[in-house]
Amino acid sequence: MKWQQGAWWALGLVIFAAFPLVETNPFWTTVGIFTLIYMGCATSWNMFSGYSGYVSLGTAIFYGCGAYTMALVSIDGHVPGGAEQFWLVPLGGLVAMAVAVPLGAVALRVRRHTFVVITIAFFFVFQLAAINATFTGGPAGLSLALIPWQGNSYNTPFYYVALGILVFAVVLSALVRRSRFGLQLLAIRDDEDRAMGLGVKVKAVKLTGYVLSAFVVGMAGALYAMFLGQIYPQFAFDPVFDVTVALMAFLGGFGTLLGPLLGGLILEASQQWLTASYSNGSLYLILFGALFLIVVLFMPQGIVVKVKEMWVHHTLKAETNEVEPAPAPHSQRV
Amino acid sequence: MTLLLEAQGVSRSFGGLKALDDCSLSVERGSITGLIGPNGSGKTTLFNVITGYVKADAGTVSFEGRDITRARPNVVFALGIGRTFQLTRIFSRLSVIENMLVATQRDESWLRGLTRSKSSKSELDAAMQWLEFVGLSKLADLPAGSLSYGQRKLLELAYVLVADPDVILLDEPAGGVNLTLINEIVEKIRTLNQSGKTFLIVEHNMEFVMNLCDTVTVMHQGSALVTGAPAEVRSNPLVLDAYLGGGDEAEHEVSHG
Repeated sequence: MKWQQGAWWALGLVIFAAFPLVETNPFWTTVGIFTLIYMGCATSWNMFSGYSGYVSLGTAIFYGCGAYTMALVSIDGHVPGGAEQFWLVPLGGLVAMAVAVPLGAVALRVRRHTFVVITIAFFFVFQLAAINATFTGGPAGLSLALIPWQGNSYNTPFYYVALGILVFAVVLSALVRRSRFGLQLLAIRDDEDRAMGLGVKVKAVKLTGYVLSAFVVGMAGALYAMFLGQIYPQFAFDPVFDVTVALMAFLGGFGTLLGPLLGGLILEASQQWLTASYSNGSLYLILFGALFLIVVLFMPQGIVVKVKEMWVHHTLKAETNEVEPAPAPHSQRV
Repeated sequence: MTLLLEAQGVSRSFGGLKALDDCSLSVERGSITGLIGPNGSGKTTLFNVITGYVKADAGTVSFEGRDITRARPNVVFALGIGRTFQLTRIFSRLSVIENMLVATQRDESWLRGLTRSKSSKSELDAAMQWLEFVGLSKLADLPAGSLSYGQRKLLELAYVLVADPDVILLDEPAGGVNLTLINEIVEKIRTLNQSGKTFLIVEHNMEFVMNLCDTVTVMHQGSALVTGAPAEVRSNPLVLDAYLGGGDEAEHEVSHG
Protein backbone atom coordinates (compact mmCIF):
# COMPACT_ATOMS: atom_id res chain seq x y z
CA MET A 1 0.00 0.00 0.00
CA LYS A 2 2.85 2.36 0.87
CA TRP A 3 4.54 2.27 -2.53
CA GLN A 4 1.19 2.77 -4.24
CA GLN A 5 0.73 6.02 -2.40
CA GLY A 6 4.23 7.07 -3.38
CA ALA A 7 3.45 6.19 -6.98
CA TRP A 8 0.37 8.44 -6.96
CA TRP A 9 2.39 11.35 -5.61
CA ALA A 10 5.08 10.77 -8.22
CA LEU A 11 2.48 10.63 -10.98
CA GLY A 12 1.01 13.93 -9.80
CA LEU A 13 4.44 15.51 -9.81
CA VAL A 14 5.17 14.25 -13.33
CA ILE A 15 1.88 15.68 -14.62
CA PHE A 16 2.62 19.09 -13.09
CA ALA A 17 6.19 19.03 -14.36
CA ALA A 18 5.07 18.11 -17.88
CA PHE A 19 2.34 20.75 -18.08
CA PRO A 20 4.40 23.68 -19.53
CA LEU A 21 5.98 21.32 -22.05
CA VAL A 22 2.60 20.30 -23.39
CA GLU A 23 0.76 23.60 -22.97
CA THR A 24 2.95 26.52 -24.08
CA ASN A 25 0.23 29.16 -24.37
CA PRO A 26 1.29 31.89 -21.90
CA PHE A 27 -2.29 32.35 -20.77
CA TRP A 28 -2.45 28.80 -19.47
CA THR A 29 1.07 28.72 -18.05
CA THR A 30 0.20 31.90 -16.11
CA VAL A 31 -2.85 30.14 -14.73
CA GLY A 32 -0.48 27.27 -13.87
CA ILE A 33 1.96 29.53 -12.02
CA PHE A 34 -0.74 31.12 -9.90
CA THR A 35 -2.30 27.74 -9.19
CA LEU A 36 1.05 26.38 -7.97
CA ILE A 37 1.65 29.48 -5.85
CA TYR A 38 -1.74 29.16 -4.18
CA MET A 39 -1.40 25.41 -3.68
CA GLY A 40 1.93 26.00 -1.94
CA CYS A 41 0.51 28.76 0.25
CA ALA A 42 -2.54 26.69 1.16
CA THR A 43 -0.32 23.73 2.06
CA SER A 44 1.88 25.92 4.20
CA TRP A 45 -1.10 27.62 5.86
CA ASN A 46 -2.52 24.21 6.62
CA MET A 47 0.77 23.08 8.14
CA PHE A 48 0.16 25.48 10.99
CA SER A 49 -3.54 26.35 11.02
CA GLY A 50 -4.81 22.97 9.87
CA TYR A 51 -2.67 20.97 12.27
CA SER A 52 -3.02 23.22 15.30
CA GLY A 53 -6.58 24.45 14.76
CA TYR A 54 -5.46 28.08 15.02
CA VAL A 55 -7.12 29.57 11.94
CA SER A 56 -5.05 32.52 10.76
CA LEU A 57 -6.54 35.10 8.44
CA GLY A 58 -3.38 37.16 8.18
CA THR A 59 -1.43 34.98 5.75
CA ALA A 60 -1.20 37.83 3.24
CA ILE A 61 1.14 39.61 5.64
CA PHE A 62 3.83 37.07 4.80
CA TYR A 63 2.96 37.11 1.12
CA GLY A 64 3.28 40.90 1.06
CA CYS A 65 6.50 40.89 3.07
CA GLY A 66 8.00 38.39 0.62
CA ALA A 67 6.85 40.48 -2.33
CA TYR A 68 8.26 43.73 -0.93
CA THR A 69 11.51 42.01 0.00
CA MET A 70 11.93 40.92 -3.60
CA ALA A 71 11.02 44.38 -4.94
CA LEU A 72 13.05 46.48 -2.51
CA VAL A 73 16.18 44.35 -2.50
CA SER A 74 16.29 43.91 -6.25
CA ILE A 75 15.67 47.64 -6.86
CA ASP A 76 18.03 48.97 -4.18
CA GLY A 77 20.62 46.29 -4.83
CA HIS A 78 20.45 46.94 -8.60
CA VAL A 79 19.88 43.25 -9.27
CA PRO A 80 19.44 42.92 -13.02
CA GLY A 81 16.11 41.50 -14.17
CA GLY A 82 16.49 37.80 -14.83
CA ALA A 83 17.44 34.53 -13.26
CA GLU A 84 19.59 36.18 -10.57
CA GLN A 85 16.44 37.51 -8.94
CA PHE A 86 15.41 33.96 -8.08
CA TRP A 87 18.07 34.02 -5.35
CA LEU A 88 15.95 36.58 -3.56
CA VAL A 89 13.00 34.16 -3.32
CA PRO A 90 14.33 32.32 -0.23
CA LEU A 91 15.25 35.71 1.24
CA GLY A 92 11.58 36.70 0.95
CA GLY A 93 10.74 33.58 2.94
CA LEU A 94 13.28 34.41 5.64
CA VAL A 95 12.01 37.98 6.00
CA ALA A 96 8.47 36.64 6.32
CA MET A 97 9.66 34.30 9.09
CA ALA A 98 11.37 37.16 10.90
CA VAL A 99 8.14 39.17 10.73
CA ALA A 100 6.17 36.17 11.98
CA VAL A 101 8.15 35.91 15.23
CA PRO A 102 6.82 39.05 16.97
CA LEU A 103 3.36 38.69 15.38
CA GLY A 104 3.04 35.12 16.56
CA ALA A 105 4.38 35.93 20.00
CA VAL A 106 1.54 38.45 20.45
CA ALA A 107 -1.31 36.77 18.56
CA LEU A 108 -0.74 33.31 20.03
CA ARG A 109 -1.30 34.57 23.53
CA VAL A 110 -5.02 34.17 22.89
CA ARG A 111 -7.09 31.22 21.79
CA ARG A 112 -9.09 30.31 18.71
CA HIS A 113 -11.59 33.01 17.71
CA THR A 114 -9.74 35.85 19.33
CA PHE A 115 -6.64 34.68 17.48
CA VAL A 116 -8.50 34.93 14.16
CA VAL A 117 -9.55 38.50 14.93
CA ILE A 118 -6.05 39.53 15.93
CA THR A 119 -4.51 38.11 12.76
CA ILE A 120 -7.04 40.12 10.72
CA ALA A 121 -6.16 43.25 12.65
CA PHE A 122 -2.45 42.70 12.06
CA PHE A 123 -3.12 42.24 8.40
CA PHE A 124 -4.75 45.65 8.07
CA VAL A 125 -1.92 47.28 9.97
CA PHE A 126 0.51 45.92 7.38
CA GLN A 127 -1.66 46.88 4.42
CA LEU A 128 -2.08 50.43 5.71
CA ALA A 129 1.61 50.69 6.45
CA ALA A 130 2.48 49.56 2.91
CA ILE A 131 0.08 52.11 1.43
CA ASN A 132 1.32 55.00 3.55
CA ALA A 133 5.04 54.38 3.96
CA THR A 134 7.45 56.06 1.56
CA PHE A 135 9.98 53.24 1.17
CA THR A 136 7.24 50.98 -0.20
CA GLY A 137 6.44 53.46 -2.91
CA GLY A 138 3.04 54.14 -1.35
CA PRO A 139 -0.12 53.47 -3.36
CA ALA A 140 1.81 53.71 -6.62
CA GLY A 141 3.78 50.59 -5.70
CA LEU A 142 7.17 49.57 -7.01
CA SER A 143 8.41 48.47 -10.42
CA LEU A 144 11.15 45.90 -10.76
CA ALA A 145 13.80 45.74 -13.44
CA LEU A 146 12.54 44.38 -16.72
CA ILE A 147 13.33 40.75 -17.42
CA PRO A 148 14.62 40.36 -20.98
CA TRP A 149 13.04 37.00 -21.70
CA GLN A 150 11.03 36.58 -24.86
CA GLY A 151 8.07 34.68 -26.13
CA ASN A 152 6.24 31.69 -24.81
CA SER A 153 9.13 30.45 -22.71
CA TYR A 154 9.03 33.59 -20.53
CA ASN A 155 6.79 31.81 -18.05
CA THR A 156 8.69 28.53 -17.92
CA PRO A 157 11.35 29.41 -15.29
CA PHE A 158 8.67 30.93 -13.06
CA TYR A 159 6.57 27.82 -13.43
CA TYR A 160 9.35 25.50 -12.32
CA VAL A 161 10.39 27.70 -9.40
CA ALA A 162 6.74 27.77 -8.29
CA LEU A 163 6.63 24.00 -8.61
CA GLY A 164 9.83 23.78 -6.55
CA ILE A 165 8.25 25.92 -3.83
CA LEU A 166 5.16 23.72 -3.87
CA VAL A 167 7.18 20.50 -3.60
CA PHE A 168 9.15 22.03 -0.75
CA ALA A 169 5.89 22.98 1.02
CA VAL A 170 4.44 19.50 0.62
CA VAL A 171 7.59 17.74 1.80
CA LEU A 172 7.89 20.08 4.77
CA SER A 173 4.25 19.56 5.66
CA ALA A 174 4.62 15.78 5.41
CA LEU A 175 7.76 15.81 7.55
CA VAL A 176 6.08 17.96 10.18
CA ARG A 177 3.16 15.58 10.19
CA ARG A 178 5.50 12.66 10.93
CA SER A 179 7.55 14.45 13.55
CA ARG A 180 7.00 14.71 17.26
CA PHE A 181 6.47 18.42 16.70
CA GLY A 182 3.58 17.69 14.33
CA LEU A 183 2.01 15.32 16.84
CA GLN A 184 2.22 18.08 19.41
CA LEU A 185 0.48 20.52 17.04
CA LEU A 186 -2.32 17.99 16.49
CA ALA A 187 -2.60 17.45 20.24
CA ILE A 188 -2.93 21.22 20.68
CA ARG A 189 -5.74 21.24 18.13
CA ASP A 190 -7.68 18.62 20.07
CA ASP A 191 -7.10 19.89 23.62
CA GLU A 192 -4.46 22.49 24.29
CA ASP A 193 -4.71 22.43 28.08
CA ARG A 194 -4.48 18.67 28.22
CA ALA A 195 -1.45 18.74 25.94
CA MET A 196 0.21 21.23 28.26
CA GLY A 197 -0.50 18.88 31.15
CA LEU A 198 1.31 16.11 29.29
CA GLY A 199 4.52 18.05 29.02
CA VAL A 200 3.96 19.76 25.65
CA LYS A 201 5.56 23.21 25.61
CA VAL A 202 2.56 24.69 23.84
CA LYS A 203 3.82 28.27 23.49
CA ALA A 204 7.08 27.26 21.83
CA VAL A 205 5.39 24.67 19.65
CA LYS A 206 2.68 27.05 18.42
CA LEU A 207 5.14 29.85 17.68
CA THR A 208 7.47 27.49 15.83
CA GLY A 209 4.61 26.26 13.67
CA TYR A 210 3.44 29.79 12.94
CA VAL A 211 6.90 31.00 11.97
CA LEU A 212 7.66 27.90 9.92
CA SER A 213 4.48 28.28 7.90
CA ALA A 214 5.42 31.87 7.00
CA PHE A 215 8.50 30.73 5.07
CA VAL A 216 6.78 29.21 2.05
CA VAL A 217 4.23 32.02 1.86
CA GLY A 218 7.05 34.59 1.90
CA MET A 219 8.83 32.76 -0.91
CA ALA A 220 5.62 32.62 -2.92
CA GLY A 221 5.14 36.37 -2.42
CA ALA A 222 8.66 37.07 -3.63
CA LEU A 223 8.10 34.97 -6.72
CA TYR A 224 4.82 36.77 -7.34
CA ALA A 225 6.51 40.17 -7.24
CA MET A 226 9.22 39.04 -9.63
CA PHE A 227 6.72 37.46 -12.00
CA LEU A 228 4.48 40.50 -12.28
CA GLY A 229 7.41 42.93 -12.34
CA GLN A 230 5.51 45.44 -10.23
CA ILE A 231 3.62 45.39 -6.98
CA TYR A 232 0.90 47.48 -5.40
CA PRO A 233 0.21 47.46 -1.66
CA GLN A 234 -3.45 46.48 -2.06
CA PHE A 235 -2.51 43.41 -4.12
CA ALA A 236 0.60 42.37 -2.21
CA PHE A 237 -1.40 42.68 1.01
CA ASP A 238 -4.72 41.42 -0.28
CA PRO A 239 -7.51 40.45 2.15
CA VAL A 240 -8.95 38.15 -0.49
CA PHE A 241 -5.66 36.22 -0.36
CA ASP A 242 -6.17 35.61 3.38
CA VAL A 243 -9.61 34.17 2.85
CA THR A 244 -8.81 32.28 -0.35
CA VAL A 245 -5.90 30.38 1.16
CA ALA A 246 -8.00 29.35 4.15
CA LEU A 247 -10.93 28.41 1.92
CA MET A 248 -8.69 26.20 -0.21
CA ALA A 249 -7.57 24.23 2.82
CA PHE A 250 -11.10 24.00 4.19
CA LEU A 251 -12.55 22.89 0.88
CA GLY A 252 -9.91 20.26 0.22
CA GLY A 253 -9.55 18.95 3.74
CA PHE A 254 -8.53 20.90 6.82
CA GLY A 255 -5.49 19.32 8.45
CA THR A 256 -4.83 16.78 5.71
CA LEU A 257 -1.84 16.73 3.37
CA LEU A 258 -3.74 16.28 0.13
CA GLY A 259 -6.61 18.65 0.99
CA PRO A 260 -4.98 22.05 0.44
CA LEU A 261 -3.46 20.81 -2.82
CA LEU A 262 -6.83 19.72 -4.10
CA GLY A 263 -8.54 22.88 -2.83
CA GLY A 264 -5.86 25.09 -4.36
CA LEU A 265 -6.04 23.30 -7.68
CA ILE A 266 -9.82 23.53 -7.90
CA LEU A 267 -10.27 27.08 -6.64
CA GLU A 268 -7.35 28.87 -8.23
CA ALA A 269 -7.81 27.24 -11.60
CA SER A 270 -11.54 28.02 -11.58
CA GLN A 271 -10.94 31.58 -10.40
CA GLN A 272 -8.52 32.26 -13.24
CA TRP A 273 -10.90 30.69 -15.70
CA LEU A 274 -13.92 32.65 -14.43
CA THR A 275 -12.05 35.93 -14.47
CA ALA A 276 -10.84 35.33 -17.98
CA SER A 277 -14.01 34.03 -19.54
CA TYR A 278 -16.49 36.48 -17.99
CA SER A 279 -14.14 39.49 -18.06
CA ASN A 280 -15.52 40.33 -14.66
CA GLY A 281 -12.78 40.51 -12.06
CA SER A 282 -15.00 40.10 -9.04
CA LEU A 283 -17.52 37.47 -10.10
CA TYR A 284 -15.42 34.80 -8.46
CA LEU A 285 -15.62 36.65 -5.13
CA ILE A 286 -19.37 36.10 -4.99
CA LEU A 287 -18.96 32.45 -5.92
CA PHE A 288 -16.17 31.96 -3.39
CA GLY A 289 -18.31 33.50 -0.68
CA ALA A 290 -21.17 31.15 -1.46
CA LEU A 291 -18.78 28.22 -1.64
CA PHE A 292 -17.27 29.12 1.74
CA LEU A 293 -20.75 28.97 3.28
CA ILE A 294 -21.54 25.64 1.66
CA VAL A 295 -18.24 24.09 2.73
CA VAL A 296 -18.49 25.27 6.32
CA LEU A 297 -22.13 24.18 6.63
CA PHE A 298 -22.14 20.85 4.83
CA MET A 299 -18.57 19.69 4.49
CA PRO A 300 -16.58 21.17 7.35
CA GLN A 301 -13.94 18.43 7.10
CA GLY A 302 -13.45 19.00 3.39
CA ILE A 303 -13.48 16.88 0.26
CA VAL A 304 -10.64 14.53 1.18
CA VAL A 305 -12.12 13.44 4.49
CA LYS A 306 -15.63 13.30 3.07
CA VAL A 307 -14.58 11.06 0.18
CA LYS A 308 -12.57 8.85 2.52
CA GLU A 309 -15.59 8.49 4.79
CA MET A 310 -17.84 7.63 1.87
CA TRP A 311 -15.27 5.12 0.65
CA VAL A 312 -14.98 3.44 4.05
CA HIS A 313 -18.76 3.41 4.35
CA HIS A 314 -19.04 1.90 0.89
CA THR A 315 -16.46 -0.84 1.50
CA LEU A 316 -17.87 -1.64 4.93
CA LYS A 317 -21.29 -2.02 3.37
CA ALA A 318 -19.88 -4.31 0.72
CA GLU A 319 -18.10 -6.39 3.37
CA THR A 320 -21.15 -6.71 5.57
CA ASN A 321 -23.19 -7.78 2.58
CA GLU A 322 -20.74 -10.56 1.91
CA VAL A 323 -20.70 -11.81 5.48
CA GLU A 324 -24.37 -11.19 6.20
CA PRO A 325 -24.75 -13.94 8.84
CA ALA A 326 -22.33 -12.30 11.26
CA PRO A 327 -22.70 -8.51 11.20
CA ALA A 328 -22.01 -8.13 14.91
CA PRO A 329 -18.23 -7.56 14.88
CA HIS A 330 -18.58 -4.81 12.29
CA SER A 331 -21.34 -2.99 14.06
CA GLN A 332 -19.23 -3.00 17.19
CA ARG A 333 -16.43 -1.15 15.49
CA VAL A 334 -18.79 1.63 14.48
CA MET B 1 7.47 7.35 55.07
CA THR B 2 8.62 10.58 53.53
CA LEU B 3 6.67 13.52 52.31
CA LEU B 4 6.38 13.65 48.52
CA LEU B 5 3.82 16.31 47.76
CA GLU B 6 2.69 19.06 50.05
CA ALA B 7 0.31 22.01 49.84
CA GLN B 8 0.55 24.59 52.59
CA GLY B 9 -2.02 27.26 53.30
CA VAL B 10 -3.20 27.44 49.70
CA SER B 11 -5.91 30.00 48.96
CA ARG B 12 -7.62 30.86 45.73
CA SER B 13 -10.71 32.94 45.02
CA PHE B 14 -12.80 33.23 41.89
CA GLY B 15 -14.52 36.57 42.11
CA GLY B 16 -16.04 36.65 45.56
CA LEU B 17 -16.00 32.88 45.95
CA LYS B 18 -13.24 31.40 48.03
CA ALA B 19 -12.68 28.09 46.31
CA LEU B 20 -9.66 27.35 48.47
CA ASP B 21 -9.20 28.91 51.85
CA ASP B 22 -5.95 28.21 53.65
CA CYS B 23 -5.95 24.61 52.54
CA SER B 24 -3.15 22.24 53.50
CA LEU B 25 -2.57 18.72 52.32
CA SER B 26 0.30 16.30 52.41
CA VAL B 27 0.89 13.14 50.44
CA GLU B 28 3.39 10.55 51.64
CA ARG B 29 5.59 8.73 49.17
CA GLY B 30 4.10 5.38 48.27
CA SER B 31 0.67 6.13 49.70
CA ILE B 32 -2.78 6.16 48.20
CA THR B 33 -4.29 9.33 49.58
CA GLY B 34 -7.98 10.00 49.17
CA LEU B 35 -9.45 13.46 48.89
CA ILE B 36 -13.16 13.65 49.58
CA GLY B 37 -15.69 16.31 50.35
CA PRO B 38 -19.04 17.66 49.20
CA ASN B 39 -19.44 19.20 45.75
CA GLY B 40 -17.85 22.61 45.57
CA SER B 41 -15.53 22.01 48.49
CA GLY B 42 -12.49 22.81 46.35
CA LYS B 43 -11.05 19.39 45.52
CA THR B 44 -10.63 19.97 41.82
CA THR B 45 -9.38 23.51 42.38
CA LEU B 46 -6.71 22.08 44.65
CA PHE B 47 -5.76 19.67 41.85
CA ASN B 48 -5.59 22.58 39.44
CA VAL B 49 -3.35 24.56 41.77
CA ILE B 50 -1.01 21.61 42.31
CA THR B 51 -0.71 20.89 38.59
CA GLY B 52 -0.24 24.52 37.61
CA TYR B 53 -3.51 25.10 35.77
CA VAL B 54 -4.68 27.62 38.35
CA LYS B 55 -2.40 30.03 40.19
CA ALA B 56 -2.68 30.15 43.97
CA ASP B 57 -3.41 33.56 45.54
CA ALA B 58 -1.49 32.52 48.63
CA GLY B 59 0.30 29.49 50.01
CA THR B 60 2.87 27.13 48.56
CA VAL B 61 2.95 23.76 46.86
CA SER B 62 6.10 21.68 47.05
CA PHE B 63 7.10 18.44 45.42
CA GLU B 64 10.10 16.49 46.68
CA GLY B 65 11.07 19.55 48.68
CA ARG B 66 11.03 21.77 45.61
CA ASP B 67 8.69 24.75 45.37
CA ILE B 68 6.33 24.29 42.41
CA THR B 69 3.72 26.90 43.31
CA ARG B 70 4.35 28.97 40.19
CA ALA B 71 5.29 26.15 37.82
CA ARG B 72 3.36 25.77 34.56
CA PRO B 73 1.46 22.53 33.81
CA ASN B 74 4.12 21.17 31.44
CA VAL B 75 6.83 21.78 34.03
CA VAL B 76 4.79 20.13 36.76
CA PHE B 77 4.28 17.13 34.52
CA ALA B 78 7.96 17.00 33.60
CA LEU B 79 8.86 16.90 37.29
CA GLY B 80 6.77 13.78 37.73
CA ILE B 81 3.21 14.71 38.64
CA GLY B 82 0.63 13.24 36.30
CA ARG B 83 -3.09 13.87 36.46
CA THR B 84 -6.39 12.86 34.94
CA PHE B 85 -9.43 15.08 34.61
CA GLN B 86 -12.89 14.70 36.05
CA LEU B 87 -14.44 14.90 32.60
CA THR B 88 -11.95 12.79 30.72
CA ARG B 89 -9.83 14.74 28.32
CA ILE B 90 -8.26 12.87 25.46
CA PHE B 91 -7.19 13.91 21.96
CA SER B 92 -10.27 12.67 20.19
CA ARG B 93 -9.05 13.04 16.60
CA LEU B 94 -5.74 11.33 17.22
CA SER B 95 -5.53 7.57 17.32
CA VAL B 96 -5.29 5.79 20.65
CA ILE B 97 -1.60 5.08 20.20
CA GLU B 98 -0.89 8.69 19.17
CA ASN B 99 -2.59 9.81 22.36
CA MET B 100 -0.08 7.71 24.23
CA LEU B 101 2.86 9.09 22.27
CA VAL B 102 2.07 12.71 23.14
CA ALA B 103 3.10 11.97 26.70
CA THR B 104 6.12 9.73 26.13
CA GLN B 105 8.82 12.36 26.49
CA ARG B 106 7.79 14.42 29.41
CA ASP B 107 10.89 16.61 29.49
CA GLU B 108 12.11 16.83 25.95
CA SER B 109 13.25 20.15 24.53
CA TRP B 110 10.79 21.54 21.98
CA LEU B 111 13.57 21.87 19.40
CA ARG B 112 14.21 18.15 19.59
CA GLY B 113 10.61 17.56 18.60
CA LEU B 114 11.25 19.23 15.25
CA THR B 115 13.97 16.85 14.22
CA ARG B 116 12.75 13.54 15.50
CA SER B 117 9.99 11.25 14.39
CA LYS B 118 6.74 10.81 16.27
CA SER B 119 7.98 7.80 18.14
CA SER B 120 10.98 5.60 18.64
CA LYS B 121 10.78 1.84 18.87
CA SER B 122 11.19 1.88 22.64
CA GLU B 123 8.52 4.56 23.08
CA LEU B 124 6.13 2.63 20.92
CA ASP B 125 6.82 -0.51 22.94
CA ALA B 126 6.27 1.30 26.21
CA ALA B 127 3.06 2.83 24.89
CA MET B 128 1.76 -0.56 23.76
CA GLN B 129 2.74 -2.08 27.07
CA TRP B 130 0.65 0.42 29.01
CA LEU B 131 -2.22 0.04 26.59
CA GLU B 132 -2.01 -3.67 27.24
CA PHE B 133 -2.02 -2.95 30.96
CA VAL B 134 -5.33 -1.12 30.74
CA GLY B 135 -6.66 -3.55 28.13
CA LEU B 136 -6.85 -1.20 25.15
CA SER B 137 -4.05 -2.59 23.01
CA LYS B 138 -6.47 -3.99 20.44
CA LEU B 139 -7.90 -0.51 19.86
CA ALA B 140 -4.52 1.18 19.35
CA ASP B 141 -5.18 2.36 15.81
CA LEU B 142 -8.74 3.58 16.28
CA PRO B 143 -9.44 7.28 16.68
CA ALA B 144 -9.63 7.97 20.39
CA GLY B 145 -12.93 9.79 19.86
CA SER B 146 -14.62 6.47 19.08
CA LEU B 147 -13.87 5.03 22.52
CA SER B 148 -16.60 4.66 25.11
CA TYR B 149 -16.53 6.77 28.27
CA GLY B 150 -15.03 3.99 30.36
CA GLN B 151 -12.37 3.28 27.76
CA ARG B 152 -11.49 6.97 27.67
CA LYS B 153 -10.91 6.87 31.41
CA LEU B 154 -8.55 3.94 30.95
CA LEU B 155 -6.77 5.67 28.08
CA GLU B 156 -6.32 8.79 30.17
CA LEU B 157 -4.80 6.70 32.93
CA ALA B 158 -2.55 4.89 30.45
CA TYR B 159 -1.12 8.01 28.84
CA VAL B 160 -0.36 9.53 32.19
CA LEU B 161 1.43 6.32 33.15
CA VAL B 162 3.51 6.15 30.00
CA ALA B 163 5.53 9.15 31.18
CA ASP B 164 6.37 7.30 34.38
CA PRO B 165 5.33 9.96 36.90
CA ASP B 166 6.08 9.55 40.61
CA VAL B 167 2.68 10.68 41.76
CA ILE B 168 -0.61 10.42 39.93
CA LEU B 169 -3.58 12.64 40.66
CA LEU B 170 -6.86 11.01 39.70
CA ASP B 171 -9.96 13.16 39.52
CA GLU B 172 -12.97 10.90 40.05
CA PRO B 173 -11.61 7.76 38.40
CA ALA B 174 -14.82 5.88 39.25
CA GLY B 175 -17.29 8.57 38.18
CA GLY B 176 -19.77 7.40 35.57
CA VAL B 177 -18.12 4.02 35.22
CA ASN B 178 -19.81 0.64 35.67
CA LEU B 179 -19.07 -1.62 38.62
CA THR B 180 -16.93 -4.16 36.78
CA LEU B 181 -14.73 -1.41 35.44
CA ILE B 182 -14.50 0.22 38.87
CA ASN B 183 -13.15 -3.01 40.30
CA GLU B 184 -10.75 -3.23 37.41
CA ILE B 185 -9.52 0.32 38.06
CA VAL B 186 -9.10 -0.47 41.76
CA GLU B 187 -6.96 -3.46 40.83
CA LYS B 188 -4.82 -1.38 38.47
CA ILE B 189 -4.24 1.26 41.11
CA ARG B 190 -3.25 -1.39 43.67
CA THR B 191 -0.81 -3.00 41.25
CA LEU B 192 0.74 0.34 40.39
CA ASN B 193 0.95 1.34 44.02
CA GLN B 194 2.82 -1.85 44.83
CA SER B 195 5.30 -1.00 42.10
CA GLY B 196 5.99 2.28 43.87
CA LYS B 197 3.54 4.82 42.45
CA THR B 198 1.96 7.34 44.77
CA PHE B 199 -1.68 8.28 44.25
CA LEU B 200 -3.86 11.21 45.22
CA ILE B 201 -7.46 10.48 44.38
CA VAL B 202 -10.56 12.65 44.38
CA GLU B 203 -13.63 10.44 44.50
CA HIS B 204 -17.26 10.52 45.55
CA ASN B 205 -17.66 6.79 45.65
CA MET B 206 -17.11 6.10 49.37
CA GLU B 207 -16.66 2.39 49.00
CA PHE B 208 -13.94 3.00 46.44
CA VAL B 209 -12.12 5.43 48.72
CA MET B 210 -12.48 3.44 51.94
CA ASN B 211 -11.35 0.31 50.15
CA LEU B 212 -8.32 1.69 48.48
CA CYS B 213 -6.84 4.59 50.39
CA ASP B 214 -4.50 4.48 53.37
CA THR B 215 -5.07 8.12 54.24
CA VAL B 216 -8.14 10.22 53.59
CA THR B 217 -8.42 14.00 53.72
CA VAL B 218 -11.86 15.54 53.91
CA MET B 219 -12.34 18.99 52.42
CA HIS B 220 -15.06 21.40 53.34
CA GLN B 221 -15.58 24.91 52.03
CA GLY B 222 -12.13 25.19 50.58
CA SER B 223 -10.02 23.85 53.40
CA ALA B 224 -8.95 20.50 54.75
CA LEU B 225 -11.25 19.54 57.58
CA VAL B 226 -9.92 16.20 58.79
CA THR B 227 -7.10 13.88 57.80
CA GLY B 228 -6.72 10.31 58.96
CA ALA B 229 -7.14 6.64 58.24
CA PRO B 230 -10.38 5.77 56.41
CA ALA B 231 -12.03 4.25 59.49
CA GLU B 232 -11.29 7.29 61.67
CA VAL B 233 -12.51 9.69 59.08
CA ARG B 234 -15.72 7.82 58.53
CA SER B 235 -16.72 8.04 62.16
CA ASN B 236 -15.64 11.64 62.64
CA PRO B 237 -18.68 13.81 63.50
CA LEU B 238 -17.28 16.83 61.66
CA VAL B 239 -17.22 14.81 58.47
CA LEU B 240 -20.77 13.65 58.90
CA ASP B 241 -21.87 17.24 59.38
CA ALA B 242 -20.01 18.41 56.33
CA TYR B 243 -21.55 15.74 54.17
CA LEU B 244 -25.06 15.66 55.53
CA GLY B 245 -25.28 19.33 56.35
CA GLY B 246 -27.07 18.36 59.57
CA GLY B 247 -26.36 19.47 63.15
CA ASP B 248 -26.51 22.96 64.59
CA GLU B 249 -22.75 23.33 64.68
CA ALA B 250 -22.43 22.94 60.95
CA GLU B 251 -25.15 25.49 60.22
CA HIS B 252 -23.44 27.85 62.56
CA GLU B 253 -20.23 27.44 60.62
CA VAL B 254 -21.96 28.04 57.32
CA SER B 255 -23.54 31.29 58.44
CA HIS B 256 -20.17 32.59 59.52
CA GLY B 257 -18.29 31.23 56.52
